[in-house]
Amino acid sequence: MEKRVTFRGWLLPLALIAPQVVISAVFFFYPAAQAVWQSLFIPDPFGLSSKFVGLGNFEFLLSDKFYRASFVTTAVFSTLVTLCSMIPALFLAVIADRLIKGSGAYRTLLIWPYAVAPAVAGVLWLFMFNTRVGVVSWYLGQLGYDWNHVLNGTEAMGLVVVASAWGRISYNFLFFFAALQSVPRSVIEAAAIDGARFWRRFFTIVLPLLSPTAFFLLVVNVVYAFFETFGVIHTITGGGPQQATTILVYKVFSDGFVGQDLGSSSAQSVILLIVVGLLTVIQFKYVEKRVHY
Amino acid sequence: MKKNLLGALAVTTALSPLAAMAQTEVQFWHAFTGRLGELVKAQVEEFNASQDEFVVVESHKGNYSETLNAGIAAFRAGEQPHILMVFEVGTATMMSAKGAIKPVYEVMAESGASFDPDAYIGAVKGYYTTTDGDMLSLPFNSSTPVLWVNRDAMQAAGVDPDTDLSTWEKVGDVLEQLKAGGEDCPLVTAWQSWIHLENLSAYHNVPFASQDNGFAGLDTELMLNGPVQVAHLSAMGDWAKDGKFIYTGRRNEGGANFRAGECALFTESSAGYAGIKAEAEFDFDVRPLPYWEAVTSEPQNTIIGGASLWVMEGHDPEEYKGVGEFLSFLSSSDVQAAWHQNTGYLPITAEAGEATRAAGFYDENPGTDIAVIQMTAKEPTANSKGLRLGSFDQIRGIIDEELEAIWSGEKSAQEAMDSAKERGDALLRRFESANQ
Repeated sequence: MEKRVTFRGWLLPLALIAPQVVISAVFFFYPAAQAVWQSLFIPDPFGLSSKFVGLGNFEFLLSDKFYRASFVTTAVFSTLVTLCSMIPALFLAVIADRLIKGSGAYRTLLIWPYAVAPAVAGVLWLFMFNTRVGVVSWYLGQLGYDWNHVLNGTEAMGLVVVASAWGRISYNFLFFFAALQSVPRSVIEAAAIDGARFWRRFFTIVLPLLSPTAFFLLVVNVVYAFFETFGVIHTITGGGPQQATTILVYKVFSDGFVGQDLGSSSAQSVILLIVVGLLTVIQFKYVEKRVHY
Repeated sequence: MKKNLLGALAVTTALSPLAAMAQTEVQFWHAFTGRLGELVKAQVEEFNASQDEFVVVESHKGNYSETLNAGIAAFRAGEQPHILMVFEVGTATMMSAKGAIKPVYEVMAESGASFDPDAYIGAVKGYYTTTDGDMLSLPFNSSTPVLWVNRDAMQAAGVDPDTDLSTWEKVGDVLEQLKAGGEDCPLVTAWQSWIHLENLSAYHNVPFASQDNGFAGLDTELMLNGPVQVAHLSAMGDWAKDGKFIYTGRRNEGGANFRAGECALFTESSAGYAGIKAEAEFDFDVRPLPYWEAVTSEPQNTIIGGASLWVMEGHDPEEYKGVGEFLSFLSSSDVQAAWHQNTGYLPITAEAGEATRAAGFYDENPGTDIAVIQMTAKEPTANSKGLRLGSFDQIRGIIDEELEAIWSGEKSAQEAMDSAKERGDALLRRFESANQ
């Protein structure tokens, strides 16, 4: 016997899902449809006229080698941000979980950076690494290393990755920490009695049990790296030097709101939508198979 | 209760047109904060106090790009201000927006406010004037690049602070001496594309783009990969490699280094004056922007940067009358002279410049007239009138990227400028097709 709640008639169920549908329609479907529609035109900034170009905007973009390079930049950036924010978070969560005394204090301190807005975090890191007045770059200079992220693309990438991952570690920490709390003690104790050391217990028992959380965080962090790191990049590098840190979403902004090229900007959002959709499908299809709930 | 409310509503609706008739409101959106914001506010207050027919309401809308965006978004929503401040880079965007803007010469003619186009300095108004001589927007804050010298740093490195720095050849020698004398930062710059490409081209009377730098039509192509530009950037690239030119960023980041006394020479806008004067704890002076003796023995004029005031379409004639009065007030000699002396921006009328000289300001503040002389010594040519390129903000971004490739030694000056031309031209073609 299948157990399900049934409603008589259509009115009540429709009324119940209506808010969600309305919100999705207003804040997602409508703007997305607008973006698709606008990507077929080259409008002038003031909306006085617009010229239908079909797929011209996409053609223009894909024939631009800097735009194609931006895909690679985005892939490198989001992989690094995801790794740099998840691995330390897991490590910190495991350590904090082992603490008997004072774990509350550490927990609170570790969550703090999450309260810092990305743009502010960007400015903080920028000040530390400023080539002239930065504390860190001064120490590096003392050690004989000439830090200059204004001209060195690799250093610029490193800096935006660290600045983006930093606040995110807190968020991931919170989830990992909660997940660790729900790992049954009895399983761990049984393994301990069998003579398994801490890290062996961690890799064979705890980690598999954490996999649903880790998978969730993977999806969320990739989306974060794709979209929400805008503020960090805007404040630290502005996409430079050359285009070393111009990720896809930053180019959407700079073409649309600095360059007033709304056609190209819309086409880019459509491409971005497709890319992130595909990524999520891949994640759910392939990675999720390895997750044990 | 309900009746009272209705009554109150009726009264207020009846009253408000009366109030509006008494004083017509003119909205003015600008991009100035800090000291400049205060000065703009003071100008507006002075205008409002000077008559009781119009009230100008000023509001700050963020930096230059943000102010332009706010204006565009407001126009799309039908709530545009009367006057919008737009930086020089946005000129082509505004010009092409026929139907969104009302040219200043038209506003002035219709409003009957006093307006003499010939009173404005040619090199300043040229940037905002059609090839037929019609002024489209009113120049507001205009500056031009000059060379700032830290005399103490020169002395410390064993270089005579009064050394002739009029040409880049001589500057090259001085950089060598500064470096040898232990100076870590011989030369630094702000706004690299504006100074070392756009102004360099005008100053040596070579085109930056075809079609009279875009003044004669939208079918323009960049010409910044010419021999003069490439030779200059090659020299700069060599200086960067030898640690004689220090790159600090795309905007005016270098200003902080110079004002802190860390750098000897600094190419920056004449409007850097207020900041340098306030912060510098060393002896400084101003020199004209250097030129290449190998190219010319007598440089052309430099071009301006800054912003102008655009009048937006879609308001009542009565309100445009107020706009006309306000613009006329801003152009008056006293207002301009005070603005010029307080900020280091150029005066927009010749009369304001003369008034400043007559008041003895240049004698008390030596070097403050260099920018004016540099701009006005020669009648502007087609190459030195200014630039009018679509998507110019983005093109500057491309130029910045390519210049960074030169400074880091990844590309030669020729390769970088060829690539800048190719990429910039693609944007110009897009702008052309969007505005046909």
